[in-house]
This record gives sequence, structure tokens and C-alpha cells, in this order.
Amino acid sequence: MYKYDQYDQTIVDTRVEEFREQVARRLAGELSEDQFKPLRLMNGLYLQLHAYMLRVAIPYGTLDGRQMRMLAHIARTYDKGYGHFTTRQNIQYNWIELKDTPDILAELATVEMHAIQTSGNCIRNISSDQFAGAAADEVTDPRPWAELLRQWSTFHPEFSYLPRKFKICVIAADEDRAAMRLHDIGIQLTTNAAGEIGAAIYVGGGMGRTPMIAPLIKDFVPIDDLLSYVEACLRVYNRYGRRDNIYKARIKILIHEIGADEYRRQVEEEWAHVKTLGLDPPRAEFDRIAAMFAPPAFDAATPDTLDRSDPDFALWVDQNVKPHKQPGYAIATISLKPVGGIPGDATAEQIELMADLAERYSFDELRVTHAQNIVLPHVRKADLHALWQALDAAGLATPNLDLISDIIACPGLDYCSLANARSIPLAQKIATRFSSIERQRDLGELKLKISGCINACGHHHAGHIGILGVDRKGTENYQLLLGGSGAEDASLGKITGPGFDEDGIVDAIERTVETYRAVRTHGERFLDTYRRVGIEPFKEAIYG
Amino acid sequence: MDDLLRYRDDAPHEEPAVTLDAFLGQTNATAVRLESDEDARALLPHLDRLSLIEVSFPAFRDGRGYSSARILREAGYAGELRAQGDVLVDQIALMRRCGFDSFVPDKPLDPAAVERALGRYDAVYQKAADGRTPVWALRHG
Ligand code: SF4
Repeated sequence: MYKYDQYDQTIVDTRVEEFREQVARRLAGELSEDQFKPLRLMNGLYLQLHAYMLRVAIPYGTLDGRQMRMLAHIARTYDKGYGHFTTRQNIQYNWIELKDTPDILAELATVEMHAIQTSGNCIRNISSDQFAGAAADEVTDPRPWAELLRQWSTFHPEFSYLPRKFKICVIAADEDRAAMRLHDIGIQLTTNAAGEIGAAIYVGGGMGRTPMIAPLIKDFVPIDDLLSYVEACLRVYNRYGRRDNIYKARIKILIHEIGADEYRRQVEEEWAHVKTLGLDPPRAEFDRIAAMFAPPAFDAATPDTLDRSDPDFALWVDQNVKPHKQPGYAIATISLKPVGGIPGDATAEQIELMADLAERYSFDELRVTHAQNIVLPHVRKADLHALWQALDAAGLATPNLDLISDIIACPGLDYCSLANARSIPLAQKIATRFSSIERQRDLGELKLKISGCINACGHHHAGHIGILGVDRKGTENYQLLLGGSGAEDASLGKITGPGFDEDGIVDAIERTVETYRAVRTHGERFLDTYRRVGIEPFKEAIYG
Repeated sequence: MDDLLRYRDDAPHEEPAVTLDAFLGQTNATAVRLESDEDARALLPHLDRLSLIEVSFPAFRDGRGYSSARILREAGYAGELRAQGDVLVDQIALMRRCGFDSFVPDKPLDPAAVERALGRYDAVYQKAADGRTPVWALRHG
């Protein structure tokens, strides 16, 4: 994992003091809420329906036990005893008092954490593959590249007032576990003919009211050119992205309007100039960062076998445990989606337990996934049973990874001032309706995603089944979408037809999955059946 | 010009800035004003006869002027580069990094607050237009 040196630490400490002064000016009445707003929004502090919400950055979703324990401490001391892991691999606290925020940030800084650029029209937290460094299919660990981008984007002088927020994702495997092509810039590390590693750069993806899948802009950028190339991508956007309409201000609209070829031409022209400026760090800097992501000291002698005699344990292994590149090890996902729970929420005690378990069983590493779960990336197969028992005792062993109850839901009307409809209670209702794990497993991989409004924070466009909350003459109404995917076969869901009330949408989902069961071929996933037969049979079953 | 904040040693330029169109249409102007939607590169052939370029910030959220400033500095412009408009104390440090060396804010700024803001961060992560050495260069001497 990356460790701060004195420069990183000083920058974060300085930011705490700067924000402390800004909050003091606000509390003393020297700043109005209007004047304070842009300042707090540069630091992840939102004013929600009932209280302030603070969003803390978890760079590329990686953290250690000490940091995780700090997140629990903050939940207990400054919030109501829980935190909410987000689709951007961050954590949010929904019940924060303004006066406490400088102290919270100061505590975070002691464990090399911050809330810098977790909101605002700037480059946000860099996201990545939650299996980085552990997946068998990656060409390299993407996190050194992400850390290089994190530092470059922190207080970037030219790109702190972009037309709109800007999200970058870095992955290094063909299987896309991070919805890379639904980011403003998606980077996939790949190998060229000479065997060197470089970045394929996709630009202009996004969710929101106009979802787009990012086109490929450049097929290979070596590490020595990465920052200058991304700088050129951003400069073209900062100059020509639309600023007249907030809903058309994301880079995806610019690229949609001028076309990928013209955007590419402009970027190449800009890059030819930018590259001459000496903005790219020397290779030694990349090597310094990469050394901190060296694989942990795996035990080559640990057995590669598993005792599956406990059926409940075997079920959890089959669903939540994935192969590791190192023989004898496995990747375990801790589901934060218990039936009836709030997707992504964890109590302070659960967060602490996960910190302990990471220290004991996973080389002191945890990951946050964009599906709002937690990963222990490096667990010995011999330890899996003990791990599972500890998780089970804390209500953290739900064996539902990638099943219908592993729902992504945005905060919705329970917290969010922009919402049209509630997301969380609906997620709970659906999970309860499909609570039988046998039934869920029979339905197989099924990604269900709920957004409380068109802003799509719940990624409904990318759900195999997506649900969008809309306002219909003052009442909450839900539209159903089918066929989306955020993975390497990215696609956008299609609306089935008229919307439903809360009970109606649950029934419609039931009819949808029963239709799938009736027409699927052996072993075919829901998404593949949908792609094969189209939307019509589903429509008939739902509305017929 | 009471509210002019200036970080240059030479004497302030007295000639009023003309619009970009006016500037491109006449040959003797030495000061020009660039609106936020105008292309800074239109000035590149004429930089040697310019003493003042004023870049407008109609709203602090409109960040196009940051790119304009860097483009001008990257092309070697050494004259006065002024940010005018909705310029707030919290933006001054970023603007300095992009190459601005004078400021005419719509609303006067507290000089003490400006000084604090400019001196706050000892280290920066990127190379920009202000000549500061980025952290990566410090790390590798
Ligand atoms: S999708 Fe809408 S309701 Fe949900 S969090 Fe985003 S803005 Fe709020």
C-alpha cells in the first residue's frame, strides 16, 4: 500500500488547517452559507435534507486496518454509529455537525486520509478494480498508476473549476469489475507488441440523465506520457466543455457533440504541445510508488485445498470467494447487503471487526467495491473457514455476491434533497421478496441497481435490472429498465414501459425473473437471455 | 485601480485593454482583454507587443481562464497577466500557479487573507506556470 512521505503528509495537514479556518469563519458569521458553499464543496461536505454529510476519500478503494478502524471511530464519535460505503469506493457519514468537521479531518490525517476533492467540479477520487494486486487476470497492479494520478490531480491549479465533476478509473484486466467505461476517463492497462505496459484511454463515459459508454481515444500511452496525455484530455474539456447548462456539462456531452474523432484530434494537438513542458515525473517516481504496491509475503507452502464439509461455509465460498493469482490464497468479498439492511451501511462494530480480520487474515488490506461491498484481497484458503465464522457471527456472511439481493442503491429520498423517490426501502423490499438464497442462486448473476432520480447515482442504467425513481404527479413512481451492464460488455438498460408504485415494481421484477427462468437455456445468465430474446417477452409478462 | 493586487516589479500598464476583436483589427494596442469563451491562442502571434492581458472571470465557477493563462505563459508571454472579475481569495493561489500576476477582483479582498492563502501550501504536486518545483522533482533531486 502507498505510504505518505513528509510532502504528502504536509499537504493533507495543511488542508485540515485551511478548512478549520474556513469553518471558523462560517461559524462566526463572517461567511454566509452562499459564500461557504463552494468552500465546503471542495472538501466533501454536503448539506443534505437533515444534516451535513461528509464524504471521505478512499483512494482507489484501498485501505488498511488502521484506516478502517479510524472510520469506525468517526462513525461512533461523530455520527450515529455507522457509515455508508458508496459506489465511488468512498465512505459517507450522513449525520455530521459542521463544528466537528475540522476535528474529523484532523483525525483522518493521522492515518493518511482526507476528504479532498470528494465533491466539487474537480477531479474526484480515482477508482479502480477492487481485486487489484490479487486477480489472476490483471496485466499489472493498476494502483501505482492510480496513485500517480491521485497526486497529479490533487489541487490541480488548472482543473479545479471544470465545467462539471470528473471521474477517472484505472483497471488492468479484461474483466471490468469497476465500470471503467462509465467514467469520464477510463484507463485500461494493457501490453503492447514489445511487451511494455501502457494505458488504453477511454474518454466520455458516464451515467446521469444522458448515459454514455466511453469511446476509445488512444490505444496505448506509456507511463512516461500518462500525466501529460491526461492533462491534454482535461485541457480540451476545460476549454470547450459546455458551461451553459449543468445537465450538458459533463465531458461525455462534449464528445458526443463534436465526435470522438474530433476530440481525439484536439487532444493529440494539445498533447504535442503539453508533452514539451516537462510535466511528466521521471520513471524513478513511478518506481518509488510501485515498490509500495509490491505483493505481500505470500506463503508458498500454504495448502491449495479447502475443506468444504460445512455446507453453509461451502455456500459462502461458492458465492463470495474468488480465485487469487497466488496458489493457496483466495479473494473474499464481505457482503454489506444483508436481507432487510441498507446497502453499503456498516456499523462501527462491523467496521472494526473487518479491520481486525484484515489484519489477521489479509495482510492488513481491505478494498471497497463500487457495488458497496468490502473485499479482503489476500486470504489463505486455510483461513477461510475461521474468517467466515467470524463474519457470520457479526451478520457479515450473507452469501449473495452478484445475486439479485446484492443491490446497489443510492441514498434516495431518505437523505438526498434531489430525490424523486426512496431507494433504500425499495431495495429492502426486493431483498426480502427474494430472500431465499436457493432461489437467488437459481437466478444466478443478476445485478440490480436503483437510483432515486435521473442523476443515476445508483447506476440504474448499468443494471441487468435497473430501477429509476421518478415523480409522477407528486407521487413516487418507479421505472423498470432491463439489459444494462457496467462490465467489459458495457451496455445501457432500456425502459420497459410505464412505471409502477412501490409494490407494483417488486411484482414487475418477479414477473421479469420468472420470464427469464422460463426461456433461459442451460447455464445462461439473465443478461445473456435478455440479449438473446430481446425485451418483448419481458414486456408481455409485465404488462400483458 | 484601487483594488489592483499586483505581483510584479515593473510599473503598472496604463493603457486600457481593448477587446480581442479590436486588438486583432488594429496593430498598435498593447493591452487586450480576453473573455472567458475566447481563444487565448489567437493572441500567440502577437505576444511580443503585448504588455497586459486581462482575462475575465464572469463567475468563479467558470474555470476557462485558468487554461487561458497557462497557454499564454507556456507560449512565453512575460507581460502582465491579470485576472479580473469574480476572483475570490480561495482561488488566488491556483491562479498564481497558472501564471496570473495581477488581480482586479469585483469585490475587494482582505490583503491579510490573500497573503495567508498564497503562503499556505509549502509543496505542490504538479509542475505549472509559476516555476514551483513539484514534489516529484524534490523527491528525486
Ligand atoms: S440518484 Fe438522485 S436521489 Fe439518488 S443520490 Fe443521486 S441525486 Fe440523490
